[in-house]
Amino acid sequence: MALDEIKIGGMGASRRRVEDNRFIRGKGNYVDDIVLQGMLHMEILRSPMAHARIKSIDVSKAYEIPGVRLVLTGEMMAARNLAWMPTLSYDTQAVLATDKVRFQGQEVAAVIADDPYIAKDACQAIVVEYEALPVIVNPLQAMASDATVIRDDKENQPGNKVFDWEIGDREATDKAFAEADVISKMELHYPRSHPSPMETCGSIADFNRATGKLTVYMTSQAPHIVRAAVAMVAELPEHMIRIVSPDLGGGFGNKVPIYPGYVISILASILTERPVKWIEDKTGNLISTGFGRDVYLKGEMALRKDGKILGMRMNTISDHGAFYADAQPSKFKIGLMHSTFACYDLPAAHLTSTGYYTNKAPGGVAYRCSFRVTEAMFFQERMIHAAADDLGMDQAEFRRMNLVKDDMFPYRTAFGFLTDSGQYEKCLNVGMEAIGYSTFKQEQEEARKRGKLLGIGISTMTEPLGAGNSREYDILGIKMFDSAELRVHMTGKAILRTGAMNQGQGHQTTWAQIVAHELGIPADDITVEEGDTDTAPFGMGTYASRSTPVAGAAVAMVSRKIRAKARKIAAHLLEVSEEDIEWELGRFYVRSNKERGVTIQDCALAAYSNMPDGMEPGLENNAYYDPPNLTWPFAAYFVKVEVDAETGVWDVLNVVAVDDCGVRINPMIVEGQIMGGLTEAYAMASMQYITFDEEGNCIGSNYMDYLLPTAWETPGFELHEVVTPCPHHPIGAKGVGECATVAGPAAFVNAVVNAVSHTGVRNIDMPMMPNRVYEALTTGKDVSGMPPVRISD
Amino acid sequence: MYPSRFGYESPKTVEEAIAILDASGGEAKILAGGQSLVPMLKLRFAAPEMLVDINNIDGLRYINVEADGTVRIGALTRHEDLEYSDVLPTASPVLAAAAHLVADPIVRTRGTFVGSVCHADPQGDWAAAMTALGGHIVAQGPNGKRTIEVKDFVVGPFQNALAYNEIAIEAVIPAPKGKSTGSYLKLERRVGDFATASVAVSLDMVGDVVARAGSALAGVGGRTIDATDAVASLVGQKLTEENIKTAAEAVAAAAEPRSDHRGTSDYKRQIVKTFVIRILTGLAESSQKAA
Ligand SMILES: Cc1cc2nc3c(=O)[nH]c(=O)nc-3n(C[C@H](O)[C@H](O)[C@H](O)COP(=O)(O)OP(=O)(O)OC[C@H]3O[C@@H](n4cnc5c(N)ncnc54)[C@H](O)[C@@H]3O)c2cc1C
Repeated sequence: MALDEIKIGGMGASRRRVEDNRFIRGKGNYVDDIVLQGMLHMEILRSPMAHARIKSIDVSKAYEIPGVRLVLTGEMMAARNLAWMPTLSYDTQAVLATDKVRFQGQEVAAVIADDPYIAKDACQAIVVEYEALPVIVNPLQAMASDATVIRDDKENQPGNKVFDWEIGDREATDKAFAEADVISKMELHYPRSHPSPMETCGSIADFNRATGKLTVYMTSQAPHIVRAAVAMVAELPEHMIRIVSPDLGGGFGNKVPIYPGYVISILASILTERPVKWIEDKTGNLISTGFGRDVYLKGEMALRKDGKILGMRMNTISDHGAFYADAQPSKFKIGLMHSTFACYDLPAAHLTSTGYYTNKAPGGVAYRCSFRVTEAMFFQERMIHAAADDLGMDQAEFRRMNLVKDDMFPYRTAFGFLTDSGQYEKCLNVGMEAIGYSTFKQEQEEARKRGKLLGIGISTMTEPLGAGNSREYDILGIKMFDSAELRVHMTGKAILRTGAMNQGQGHQTTWAQIVAHELGIPADDITVEEGDTDTAPFGMGTYASRSTPVAGAAVAMVSRKIRAKARKIAAHLLEVSEEDIEWELGRFYVRSNKERGVTIQDCALAAYSNMPDGMEPGLENNAYYDPPNLTWPFAAYFVKVEVDAETGVWDVLNVVAVDDCGVRINPMIVEGQIMGGLTEAYAMASMQYITFDEEGNCIGSNYMDYLLPTAWETPGFELHEVVTPCPHHPIGAKGVGECATVAGPAAFVNAVVNAVSHTGVRNIDMPMMPNRVYEALTTGKDVSGMPPVRISD
Repeated sequence: MYPSRFGYESPKTVEEAIAILDASGGEAKILAGGQSLVPMLKLRFAAPEMLVDINNIDGLRYINVEADGTVRIGALTRHEDLEYSDVLPTASPVLAAAAHLVADPIVRTRGTFVGSVCHADPQGDWAAAMTALGGHIVAQGPNGKRTIEVKDFVVGPFQNALAYNEIAIEAVIPAPKGKSTGSYLKLERRVGDFATASVAVSLDMVGDVVARAGSALAGVGGRTIDATDAVASLVGQKLTEENIKTAAEAVAAAAEPRSDHRGTSDYKRQIVKTFVIRILTGLAESSQKAA
C-alpha cells in the first residue's frame, strides 16, 4: 500500500519546522556562539565623517592598553595589497581607508585584543585627524557639474556617475506615445532602508600556519561565492579555504556582500596566528553594510481612452553610496528593474537608468527581493493607480483589462522576459471578493459624510524569481545554477546537502519534504546540511527567492537519480526486469502482482549488502540544476485603511493577500513567509527608512531612529491561495519568500492615497508618516520624500 | 554590549546607598530600571566610575492612595505597576492614561516611574504627566529628606535638581481639589517610540466646574513644557466648546517644537491643539453624562 504523503511529511504537509526546536530553546549555533581555543577579539574604528581626507592616524595610545595585540590601519593593509577589495558589481571597495573616508561609518582601523571590552577601549584611544571635504548625500548633488569627485581613487572615473544603462525599444515606445489619447505621469522616491537582520554580520577567521588551512566561520548567505572571492583576493589556494556559515539570524540580502570586517579578521588571524572573532554591533550593521533601494523613479504611460495601455517609459536614478557594491547578476546594472509591468500586456516599453556615487554607505543589496524588483513593482503599481485615476476608471477594472490573460502564456514581455503561467484574473477576483470590493465605494462615501476617510489600495504583480539560467545570469562570471547531494544510508535514512544557505526560510524542513515526496523516505529520516564549503556541493547561495526554484529543483532531481538506481536494485531483488516494475510512494512493485514489492529502505540496504552484479555499491548522487527560465509567481494584494484627518495617522482596517506561488511544499512555511513579507511591506509604507542630514550623518543608526514595526502595530493578514504550477520546475514550485515585500508596499500607499485623493493628491512618498499624510491632506499637493531631487527630463 | 569599565555596589538600605553616593564624590550613578542608563552605557555616552544598584532595597515598590486622595509612588515602582494598577484609574486618570503609552511592554516591566522623572528626558512621558498634576519628588540625602516640586525638579534636558548624594525615594501627587480627571495623549510613530508630541491635561472638578487645571507637554521642546498657565483660564468655568478651543490654542502656543523628520513645527503644534481639544471634549462629555 502506498504511503500517506502528508503523514511522512511530504509535499503539502504543514510539517513543523525542525530548526525551531533548537532556536526556541536557545540551542542554535550562530557565529557568536562559536568559541575557539586562544581566540582574540576584533573591533573596528569607524569614520564619524561622511567625506574627509585622513591626515594622520596615531595608534600609539591604543597599544598602551594592556591586552591589545594588534592594531591594523589602511597603510598596513595596503602593504599587503589588501587595502581595497573587489565588489560583486565589478567595482572596488576600501577595506580600511587609506587616503580618504567616503561615508560615515567607513572602516578606518581595527584593534585585535584579548577581549571585546579592551578592543573597544583601544578603538577610542586611536587618534585620527580628518580634514573635512564637501559632502554629497543625493544624486542631484552628485550629478552637478562642479561636484567633488568622490571616487578620485579610480582612473577614468567620469564625475560621480556609476553607470548609464538602457533597455527596451525606444522607437516603438515613442510611437505608442504619439498615438496615445491620455498620458499619465508618476514620479517618486523609494527611500533607502536597511534589511536589519536580527543577527549582525561577523566572522571568526582561523588560519593554521602548520596546515596552511584557513577556516572562516561567517555570516554569509553565499559561502561558496565567498570561498572563490577569498581565493582571488587573499591569493590562497581554494582547497585551503573552508568557509562555514552556521545558523544565520536572518539575512534579507544583507549577508550576500563581502564586508571589510571579514577580510580584516582573516588578515588579523594570519598575522597573529590566532583565531580572530569579529562581531559587528547594531550601529555598525545599520550604518555600513548593504542597504536596499534609494532610487528615484519617474515614468509615464501612454493610454487609449478606453483604458488600454499602449506603452510605458521610465527613468531611474539610483544612489549607490560610495562604492558600487550591489549584489546582482553582472549583465544588469540596475538589477531586474526591467521586470516592471511584466504582468500587464504592454506593447512597448523603454527604461533608462543612471547610477551615482554619494557619500553614503555602499550596498544596493536585494533586500528581500530579486534584484531591484521591489522598486520596479512599486513604481508599476503606483503608476497603474495614478493612470486609472487619470482615466476615471475603477482600479480593479483597469487592471483586469490590462493584465496578461491565461491563454496568452507563454508571454514575452515588452522588455523581453518570458512569463510562463498564471491565473491573474482569478487572483484578482478572489481578492476582490474577500475584501468586499463591490460595496467599498458606497462604504467610503458614507464614511466621508461622517467625517471619516476610508481608502482602498490594490497591488497586482508577477516577479522574476530563481535566477537564473546560465545563459543570462552570473555573478562575477560564475553561472547561477545550484546543487544538491543526497546520500542514502544503509537503513534508509539519508543526509542531503545543498549549495543554498538557509537563513530563516526553513530549508531543513522543506528540502526533506521534497525528498520525501520523490522517494517516500519520511522527512524525519532526512538530515539537511548547508553552509560548509568543505562538505556541501558548490552553489550560489540563498537570496532573490532562488532556493526553491533552483536548489529545490536540484533536490528533486538528485532524488530522481537515486530512485532510478533504486529501481535497478528493486528489479534485482524482485527478480524481474526493470520494465516490469512500477513505483508508488516509497515502494517498487511488480506490475503484474502489486503485492510483490520492495520498499525504498529495502533497496537502500541492498545497495550496501546485496547489489546486482557489476553495480557500483552505495546509494548516493548529486545534481546540478540549471533552470531553463525564471519562475513567475503572482500576487494580488488589497489593503483598506482609515485616515485621521486631524493628525494624518492612518490605521489598517484589513489586508487581503492572494498568492499564486505554484505548488506549495509546506503551506505553513509559505504562509509564514507571506506574513513576514507583508510585515516588511507595512514597515516600508509606514516607518522604515534611513535618511541622512546634509553633513552625511546617518539618521537611522539605532532602533530608536530606525523604526521597525512590532507585533503591536503590525496589522493582521488574511491569506488566500491560487495554485498554477510552474510548467518547467520539477515539482511545479515558483518561490514565495519575497512576493509580499515586493508587491505589498504599493497596496498600502495606494490605499492611503485613495483615502485622500479628493484633495487632488496623487502621491505620498514612503514612509507615509502621519506628518506627510497630514501635509498631503491640508495642501492637496504630492509629498515627496527628503532630500528633494529633481530628475532630468 | 561593551561599556567602559565601572564598579558596582548593591546596597540593601537607602541609608547605605546614600553613604556610597556620598563617598563617591559625584562619580557614581544610581541604577534603577536601567532602561535609560544602560543604553547610555552601551553607547558610552555615560561612563560613570560606579553604579549604585538600588533594586535590592526593600519597600520602595508601591502605589499608595491616601484618604484625602494623595498618591505616593515609591522609587522602584515599575511602569507596568502603574499600567495594571486598580486604584489609579480613579485616583489619577492622567497617570492611568499615560502608563500604557510609555515605551513598550518589555521596557515597562523594568523601567521605573521615579527613574523616568529623574532622567528628565524632554521627550519623557512621566515628567510631563507629573508636571500637569503639580506633583513633587521626595529626595533623601545625608541630611534627611526634602520635597521638590516637579517643575523645579526638572531643571533642563537630562538634568534634575538632586545633589550627587541624594536619592529620589518617592513621587507624590497632591490631593485633588474635588475629583481628579484628565488624560494623556501621545503621537508616536510606533510602540516604544518617544513622543513626536505628547499632551497631559489634568482637571480637578467640583461638579461640572473646573477647580484646578494643569497641563504639560513632551516632545515639543528642549525640555518638558509646563503649560499650566495656558489652561488657567478654565478654572472656575464649566467646559464649553469655546473655552476648550481657547485653551487648546494657548497650550499649542506654549509648545516650542522644532521641525525635523517627524514633522514641521506647525504640524506638531497642530497635534498639540488637536489632542487638547480631544481630551477636554472627552471630559466635557463625561461630566455632562455624570450630571
Ligand atoms: C526602547 C525604549 C523605549 C522607551 N520609550 C519611552 C517612552 O516612550 N516614554 C518615556 O517616557 N520613556 C521611554 N523610555 C525610557 C524608560 O521609560 C526608562 O525606563 C526611564 O526613562 C528611566 O527609568 P529607569 O528606572 O529605567 O532608570 P535608569 O535607566 O536606571 O536611570 C535613569 C537615570 O535616572 C537616575 N535615577 C534613576 N532612579 C533614580 C532615583 N531613584 N534617584 C535618583 N536618580 C535616579 C539614574 O542614575 C540615571 O541617571 C524608553 C526606554 C527604552 C529602552
